[in-house]
Amino acid sequence: MENNKEELKNGNEEQSNAIFEVTDHCLIIKLTSELDHHCALKIREKSDSLIAKGNIKNIIFDFKEANFMDSSGIGVIMGRYKKVIFTGGKVAVTNVNETVDRIFRISGLYKIIEKYETIKDAKKAL
Amino acid sequence: MSETNEITLEFDSKSKNESFARMVVAAFVSSLDPTIEEIADIKTAVSEAVTNCIIHGYENEEGKITLKCKLDKNKLFIEIMDKGKGIENIKQAMEPLYTSKPELERSGMGFAFMEAFMDKLEVLSTPGAGTTILMEKEIQSAASKS
Repeated sequence: MENNKEELKNGNEEQSNAIFEVTDHCLIIKLTSELDHHCALKIREKSDSLIAKGNIKNIIFDFKEANFMDSSGIGVIMGRYKKVIFTGGKVAVTNVNETVDRIFRISGLYKIIEKYETIKDAKKAL
Repeated sequence: MSETNEITLEFDSKSKNESFARMVVAAFVSSLDPTIEEIADIKTAVSEAVTNCIIHGYENEEGKITLKCKLDKNKLFIEIMDKGKGIENIKQAMEPLYTSKPELERSGMGFAFMEAFMDKLEVLSTPGAGTTILMEKEIQSAASKS
């Protein structure tokens, strides 16, 4: 109950940065705003509290609603990767546009994460 | 008539202003009719520089960040300045993957992105006094039209 209250409060104060879903031991993070340092702090906090519950193997970051990312986004994805890798988990990104794709390519992040067209494709492959 | 255009903006060192800063620069450069890719490059570089001011310059304490932009023909000049703690070793700070704050999950890619996405990057810093980032980018689409 306390948690719910907290979420509602945050939701009212500022628009949320992502929608979090957990299905079949997979955490799906649907980004709803540009993934920068400001947004990364919130994503990190919320996803880690979900990962801490111990029910998550893989993580999917969905970029359908996010058309911008900077190096803070690289940090938040790598940070989550380090958390799930120990338990044999994987990290995937989906619905990546040209701009975000370039950031992933330049940073070399595709060496450790997988890219898929849709969330459905990613869930099937992971 | 002069072909230059300039703006100066001062804002608080707060993470919510990162998106504001890059939108301002994107709007400012729009008169040169840049491509989507050019806008993305500029937004990323501005975002990296402003984030550095907040995290490293002021270490999440209060401070003011100054953003200056200038258009001269088909070139965009950006200056982003903080009066924070400055950088002791600029060469090391600019090395890809180097970060002084791994605990904050910094990827160490900030300067690498600024270098990759802009034509020129210059870092001026005095420890204890602050850091100024100077960047330059020619808008190709504007050059080909004129």
